[in-house]
Amino acid sequence: MIAVSQLTKSFGSTSVLKGVDLTQASGTVTALIGPSGCGKSTFLRCINRLETPDGGTIHLEGEKVTSEQGESARLDEKRRQHARSRTGMVFQSFNLFPHLTVLENILEAPLRVQHRVRAEVESEAIQLLRKVGLENRRDFYPSALSGGQQQRVAIARALATKPALLLMDEPTSALDPEMREEVLRVIRALSDEGMTMMIVTHEMELARMAADEVIFFDGGRIAESGPPDAFFSAPRLDRTRDFLRSLGSR
Amino acid sequence: MTKTFFWVRTLSAALLLVYSSGLVHGDALEKMRQRGALRWGADAEGGAPYVFHEPSTPDKLTGFEAELADALAARLGVHAEMVQENWDMLVPALKQQSFDIILNGLERTPQNAARVELSRPYLVYSQQLVVLASRTNVQGLKDLAGGSIGVLSGSVSLRVLQAHPEITTRIYQGNAETFRDLKVGRLAAVLVDSPVAIHFAKPDPELRLAGEGFAPGYYAIGVPLGETGLRQAIDKALEELLADGTLEKIHRHYELWGPEQEALRTFKEEEVTKAAPLTGWKEIGRYLPLLLRASLTTIGLTVAGMSVAVAVGLAVVMARLHGPRPLRWLAIAYTEIMRGTPLLIQLYFIYYGLAQQLGLRLSEYVAAILALGLNYAASEAENYRAGFGAIPRGQWEAAAALGMGRWLTIRRIILPQAFRLVLPPMSNDLIAMFKDSSIVSVIAIVELTKEYQIRANDTGDYLGLGLMTAALYFGMSYAASLAMQRLERKLNHDRG
Repeated sequence: MIAVSQLTKSFGSTSVLKGVDLTQASGTVTALIGPSGCGKSTFLRCINRLETPDGGTIHLEGEKVTSEQGESARLDEKRRQHARSRTGMVFQSFNLFPHLTVLENILEAPLRVQHRVRAEVESEAIQLLRKVGLENRRDFYPSALSGGQQQRVAIARALATKPALLLMDEPTSALDPEMREEVLRVIRALSDEGMTMMIVTHEMELARMAADEVIFFDGGRIAESGPPDAFFSAPRLDRTRDFLRSLGSR
Repeated sequence: MTKTFFWVRTLSAALLLVYSSGLVHGDALEKMRQRGALRWGADAEGGAPYVFHEPSTPDKLTGFEAELADALAARLGVHAEMVQENWDMLVPALKQQSFDIILNGLERTPQNAARVELSRPYLVYSQQLVVLASRTNVQGLKDLAGGSIGVLSGSVSLRVLQAHPEITTRIYQGNAETFRDLKVGRLAAVLVDSPVAIHFAKPDPELRLAGEGFAPGYYAIGVPLGETGLRQAIDKALEELLADGTLEKIHRHYELWGPEQEALRTFKEEEVTKAAPLTGWKEIGRYLPLLLRASLTTIGLTVAGMSVAVAVGLAVVMARLHGPRPLRWLAIAYTEIMRGTPLLIQLYFIYYGLAQQLGLRLSEYVAAILALGLNYAASEAENYRAGFGAIPRGQWEAAAALGMGRWLTIRRIILPQAFRLVLPPMSNDLIAMFKDSSIVSVIAIVELTKEYQIRANDTGDYLGLGLMTAALYFGMSYAASLAMQRLERKLNHDRG
């Protein structure tokens, strides 16, 4: 379970998160939507501590991963490590390591961070590649893959450390429509398996088919949330409606 | 291959043209009179007691040769004008007409007689060993087997020691440096011409003249080949200066006059047989093994120097980008100081400065490798900084999200990617170091350039040996360049 309480974050004088509360049960999928600059990506990056929040708390599976003022840097580093070890992240621009093969990309963290046995990790990695439909690309370098294939490798890489929560930051935004489909299929399959996920997206189709809960961010706060059917068919707020209309007209 | 050959031929043709333009026409005496100045070539750097700047009057030339030049010019009805040149480059510079005569401890040897016209002698000198005052048991070369002796590049002393393979000879650019290394204990002895010993060692309580002088010889004035008119005028003037006591007075002033100088009066021409000059590529080819051996020194210095540069450069850039603040400042200071000061000064500092001030007596090779490496480290650090900066932030974030710490990320993700970005500038530095490494000859290391200078001096053949040396440098640089290109291709295997 993820529990976020009164999360705040500013960049310089710009307040990006103004006290966000959220709880998400294990095995569920949350879609974060909202206009650009609303704070949804920053929120996601706070969960695995790529950003350090200014205030508020985050608990992952009951364990706190944020620090309060006055707590030691060492303790904070430990909590950050914990956040990273329990989460995986998929980026908009894939961020695969170009000098490593597909398989090496996936093996890197289990071998070097978790110090697990190679034979075991390798068979798991090949299973993951099969899951994303790329087992015949294991020895390719990322530059030889299409965008959709790279993003599927990135998902496999994020899953290799067996995270409790998978964070996705606009996983399909950088892809052509036909490649989007293959990535959507993988995300859908993960959702069906009961993977806990938090997905920042502009893709209404993704939110509708994979999410248990849709959360609308606006101005650094959660403005509205609900299950996808209710959320999309009958949004309560005018600005939610405006936002959904602006997406539809694109 | 044919293309390379074409360039070599073109280059040699061009060099020959330059070379032959320096040939003389026998009118030097006339030209000198018209000019009203006798231009004499000498090396005043560490040149006491021959010609030097007195510390109390640094803008005035002094020394027995400076006084002799003035007296000589007065006899010829002109004034004297000194032209500064490195001592071991005086003969080639004379051929280029940089000055009219050489007046700077030029020995009457068969080698010199083949390269310039020699006047009658103006001083009798001998070879003198100098040791530390504490080493009272040394009386001659036989007591120094297994030790190292310092000599001046291109000197008769060097030629004397070439007949003594049991002694390690170290070749220096100046006398001041040899005595410095003698005092800090890097040398067992110094072998010099007697005037140097008398001037430097005799008044110094730390030093002692060991044994009698040996292998006596004459100093003579050098005139370009074919300028017999000028040579005869100088001979006549020297004879007059000897007869009227001027020469004796000058030499006495520098404690150089003794009974052995009477030989100047009884001197007869034709005492020196000329050495046959080198002719043909076949004979020059005999020097190839020597030059090849010196190339190994150059390669060793460069490879070791570059290794130090890479290691230190990496440490510096890590300190600068990821270290705590004081370390960061230190790294910036290091980079700016090392690339803002000349390599030569850094080399002197490491070799002589540390030995004299701190008693840290590094061997010449360690000092040379350190100087080259530490100097180039600054430029490597800047290369790497640019390389690291070119890695997208997404790579750091992806690694962080996987739980990789900063150093693991640097080692596994950032360095390998940055490395191939910086390979081209690193190749440049490597090739530059091949050539820059010749600077270490100033601390008495004989690498390729120095070996060339020594052999060209011995043989008088600057062109053939020069082309051979240039070809060796080119071969090394080109091989290094090919190797780096191969490495680059190998590292870029993933870029479809």
